[in-house]
Amino acid sequence: MPINKLPRGVAIVGAGMSKFGAFPDKNGRDLFVEAYKEMTRSVDKGLDPSAIECFYLGNFSSDLFERQGHTAPLLADAVGLTPIPAARVENACASGATALRQGVIAIASGLYDVVLVGGAEKMTNLPTADVTDTLATAADVPFEIAAGFTFPGFYAAIATAYMARYGMKPEHLMNVAIKNHDNGALNPKAQFGVTIQKWMEGRVAAALKKGKPAPAWSDIWDFLHDDSANPMVAWPLRLFDCSPITDGASAVLLVAEERVREFTDHPIRILGSAQASDAALHDRADLTSLPAAKLAASRAYEMAGVTPKDIRIAEVHDCFTIAEVVASEDIDFFAPGEGFKAAEDGMTAREGAKPINTSGGLKSKGHPVGASGVAQAVEVWKQMRVEAGERQVPGDVPLAMTHNVGATGSTCVVHIYERRD
Amino acid sequence: MTDTTTTRPFTAASFDQYIAEGKLMASRCADCGALNLPPRAICPKCHSETLEWVETGGKGRLAGFTVVYIAPTFMIEQGYGRDKPYVSGIVELDEGVKVSARITGVDAAQPETIKVGSPVSVEFIETGEGEGRKVALAFKVE
Ligand SMILES: [Zn+2]
Repeated sequence: MPINKLPRGVAIVGAGMSKFGAFPDKNGRDLFVEAYKEMTRSVDKGLDPSAIECFYLGNFSSDLFERQGHTAPLLADAVGLTPIPAARVENACASGATALRQGVIAIASGLYDVVLVGGAEKMTNLPTADVTDTLATAADVPFEIAAGFTFPGFYAAIATAYMARYGMKPEHLMNVAIKNHDNGALNPKAQFGVTIQKWMEGRVAAALKKGKPAPAWSDIWDFLHDDSANPMVAWPLRLFDCSPITDGASAVLLVAEERVREFTDHPIRILGSAQASDAALHDRADLTSLPAAKLAASRAYEMAGVTPKDIRIAEVHDCFTIAEVVASEDIDFFAPGEGFKAAEDGMTAREGAKPINTSGGLKSKGHPVGASGVAQAVEVWKQMRVEAGERQVPGDVPLAMTHNVGATGSTCVVHIYERRD
Repeated sequence: MTDTTTTRPFTAASFDQYIAEGKLMASRCADCGALNLPPRAICPKCHSETLEWVETGGKGRLAGFTVVYIAPTFMIEQGYGRDKPYVSGIVELDEGVKVSARITGVDAAQPETIKVGSPVSVEFIETGEGEGRKVALAFKVE
């Protein structure tokens, strides 16, 4: 299949996100307003909202989470953008990046010059069992859910296949959680913006305050092996292997290349945009890799005309720790079976050769499903423009990647970004 | 009794009906021979619309698994959860196709003893009676 180039250049000229977390007094719309306001303030030369011609919203399941459908026009109205066209895009956890890609296509086609892309999800209204059931609708319900699978369960099955093939141990996955919490601790927007060390110390302090005996964890590894501190969710995945249930929203502004200078002198150009789909997990030859992710990544590389070694940082879809390990191989940062060793060796840390999830990732920053794909672009925007504060990676970030997965890889969307001052 | 084996539509409902009868059925393309599970009404390999139901041998190997502690509502209603975890897995049948199923014949309390690659054979887990009767596809580790 020939690789299509974008017929017209597209760049991000503004990006913002709400705080991620659990907010009983805010709905998805309120959170999107926060993200939108931050996005407008990030446009260097200012934004006249009447310039925005179209809106794509990534949202997985406002219907079940909030009992609110037809979400896109409501969010457009909340930020004063009606009557422009507003459309919700649903591709499970890849809804955000799919919406981003629709925005890219809309501009590349020549139809629009200025497009708003948002993502929003309000998840914490429901009790955990209902959230589990809602997320399960992203699977192949008649053929996978009847078998008792949950989303942690699917990725756990991927982990067991990976462990059997490559000799990884469940402990190796903890390196991913530790690293992402280290990054998230430096991200003021993160839901769990603390290191696992601080988390553990907090648990000890809380116990002492209640007059209870302090738990005697010798270090974070001891803490992470404790079934009471880090309970099993779906063996071999424990609580700290899983991204949380999160409320949050994100927004980016896309502009056609020839109009970029009206908005900023420091745009982030979309160099590659690719997407692939796949059957359910059981219908794949190999469980240790996501074929849609490999395909989307290779097409994005080809469209961008760059190679994995050119990419300075990546935000990948770490809905579970094993997902980051597999992702780091699917985007060809590391060879198959090497991803868990790279995480152990610190190669994916901020100071490493291939920093992954400098934002804290879904694990620590939080995973408001439909918002996550767009929030990955927000992090890349900040890092490339040297606006990431304490978590800024050393040196230049001329090229970056985002990798957003729906379900167990029935959808994967990969974007490659270039700083173009 | 009419043999409906060849006339049932290639739908999830037909698949479930077969499971309730204790049969794990796949679809096979009459044109290219590709076997598919879940069954398909259109061959994903050659796009032929001429398919037939075939019963699998029900033997295979465990390709991946998990022990579920945080269960979905319908499993909680069956008494499963934190205090009574259960095993779900993906099985590769000898015919080369894979399927998601419950896994039995293993100790859920000792996940380390469950091995990917273990030989398994099909069985069917029945719950409820009458209108509420449900049959779940399962594989027992031999
Ligand atoms: Zn065929």
